[in-house]
Amino acid sequence: MARLALRGIVRDYGTLRVIHGIDLDVAEGEFVVFVGPSGCGKSTLLRMIAGLDKPTGGDIEIDGIRVNDRSAAERGLAMVFQSYALYPHMTVRQNLAFGLENQRMPRAEIDRRIADAARMLQIEHLLARKPGQLSGGQRQRVAIGRTVTREPGIFLFDEPLSNLDAELRVQMRVELSQLHKRLRATMIYVTHDQTEAMTMADRIVVLRAGRLEQAGSPLALYNHPANRFVAGFIGSPRMNFLPATVSPNGVRVDGLDELALERFAVAQGAAVSLGVRPEHFEFVDAGGLPGTVDLVEHMGGESYVYVTLANGERITVRRPGQTGLVGGSNVRAAVLQGQAHLFHTSEGEAAVARL
Amino acid sequence: MIRFLTRRRGNWTDWLSWGWMIFGTLAMFVPVLWLVLSSFKTQSALQEFPPSLWPTGQKQIVVTGYDKPLPVFTVPLPDGGTAERAMVRRIGIELQVIDPAVPDAPLRRVKLAEAVPVRELHFAIENYLEPLEKFSFGRYLSNSLIVTITATAITLLINAMCAFALSKYEFRGRNGIFIFIVSTLMIPITVILVPAFLVVTQLNLGNSLWGVILPPAATPTGVFLLRQYMLTIPDELMDAARMDHASEWRLFWRIVLPLAAPALAVLTIFSIVWRWNDFLWPLIVLNREDVFTLQLGLASFQGELQTQWHYLLAMTVVTLVPVSVVFAFLQKYITTGIASSGMK
Repeated sequence: MARLALRGIVRDYGTLRVIHGIDLDVAEGEFVVFVGPSGCGKSTLLRMIAGLDKPTGGDIEIDGIRVNDRSAAERGLAMVFQSYALYPHMTVRQNLAFGLENQRMPRAEIDRRIADAARMLQIEHLLARKPGQLSGGQRQRVAIGRTVTREPGIFLFDEPLSNLDAELRVQMRVELSQLHKRLRATMIYVTHDQTEAMTMADRIVVLRAGRLEQAGSPLALYNHPANRFVAGFIGSPRMNFLPATVSPNGVRVDGLDELALERFAVAQGAAVSLGVRPEHFEFVDAGGLPGTVDLVEHMGGESYVYVTLANGERITVRRPGQTGLVGGSNVRAAVLQGQAHLFHTSEGEAAVARL
Repeated sequence: MIRFLTRRRGNWTDWLSWGWMIFGTLAMFVPVLWLVLSSFKTQSALQEFPPSLWPTGQKQIVVTGYDKPLPVFTVPLPDGGTAERAMVRRIGIELQVIDPAVPDAPLRRVKLAEAVPVRELHFAIENYLEPLEKFSFGRYLSNSLIVTITATAITLLINAMCAFALSKYEFRGRNGIFIFIVSTLMIPITVILVPAFLVVTQLNLGNSLWGVILPPAATPTGVFLLRQYMLTIPDELMDAARMDHASEWRLFWRIVLPLAAPALAVLTIFSIVWRWNDFLWPLIVLNREDVFTLQLGLASFQGELQTQWHYLLAMTVVTLVPVSVVFAFLQKYITTGIASSGMK
């Protein structure tokens, strides 16, 4: 178990700056997920924490000690790679033992750790096989097992589930969460999948283009996104955005009537984006935003209704249960009380605070 | 078999390709077969004209009362038939023959023109035994083995180390160094023969097997072949091993080398064939007979005035055997290696 601190981390490739000064503290035992679209620098950041890449500027501290100049091995971390990076010419047992043998650990201790990890991850029957003879899920388990035997201060995961099929991914997500609870270990997990972030993280760190956009618990990010990017990235289906102008009693969505909202800390007449999550729309008989149903997706437990508003904007509405709406129906969508978000249209698209 | 050979009859391209392949096989195989069969011929049988395919010699027979085996002829009998008789001696154009079944009978005279030598299959194994005993060919063989095995081991190791550095480390001038190494392929050995020889003598490696082994140990071909293969080993494996506390040497020894095994096998074959067949460089470095390699030993049968063909052929077969065995065992790697590197 270890603490991690990043202080003003910068990374340049030639003249191109890919990480623009990241500050972050990770507490002992915390499960932190770095999430962002591809190319946002999350994997680079992880590799710098691991010691496989060097920051151009800033400090990396583990347990309060600066480790910038320590090699990957000396940092006491362990990593699960996207491709698993199992040694193909070694058996599973040799894969698990390799790192420990390199540390000249006594044979008995190595055997004990392998036995423990294999039992915990249910890979005992696979120990004599080679990685090529394993399925994707089994390889994943072995890769995790390799990190577990190391008993590292911090576990690092680089998109470990992206090569698995959907069903297995859900299952491994649960197992990883359970592993975290059992080991109470500090874990840093990189993914581009916001669902993985939401389901596993104690704290999500949203990155975009090498900048930290927002860090917080999954629900904090969901309920109070700091800007339009985070609002759109977290949550599935994504939040609906409508261009609007602030009016006396709420906002006037461009091309439509005024929509009554609570008060926001923004001047009247300002151009904003109105952000509403799909589940925060309801269909009403009068008022609201008029539109026509394009398509209804019946999931059974809930329904997704795709609506084209009278001004041509498209929105997605999630309704609980099943709905009798069909394509072509005329509907009016209203925003639930207190659930609207406003974002400045200026650079950064920061959220507008409620009054 | 017949069905297989005759089906799709009428498609002349099939016949053409079959014919071409059979021709190719014969063109490749007949000389080797000829070599092996000829290596069992006696010196006199080799000089015969017209030559025979099989190693034959005149039949010889031991007759009581005579120390040496006697050559056998078919001679006409007075009653008009023919019989096999052993020749005791030759006087001018007449032979004195004896019936081997009746050694006590008086000698009979036969005209040379009427006697036909009896030929039989005869393998002259002494072609093999004598050079190995008399001409210290065993020594040449062990010298060649030492050179080939040591040189191949060194070649594999240092070429792999060079290829590892060029494929897995980022450093300034990496591509420049690689291109420089590969460009030395364009320098023929005859150009560097003299300077290389001077270096070897200055290092007191003349007339020593190390002088043969060391100078050509680093080959641009090997570096190129191994580097191209190592580029396909994923870098994440390197990262994983580094996080697993592996030193850079261990990374090379435990991860990269085992994974480059197919390319190493190809280089092993090449190196063995090169070293085993190498003639020019050993000829220059070695001039004492006790350090000769097989190829030099073979050349020594070919004198200025006469060539001892029977020994030369037999020892050529001996030198072919190890390379053929290596090829037979590792041949599946050759095709993959050539396919992946585009070299031969």
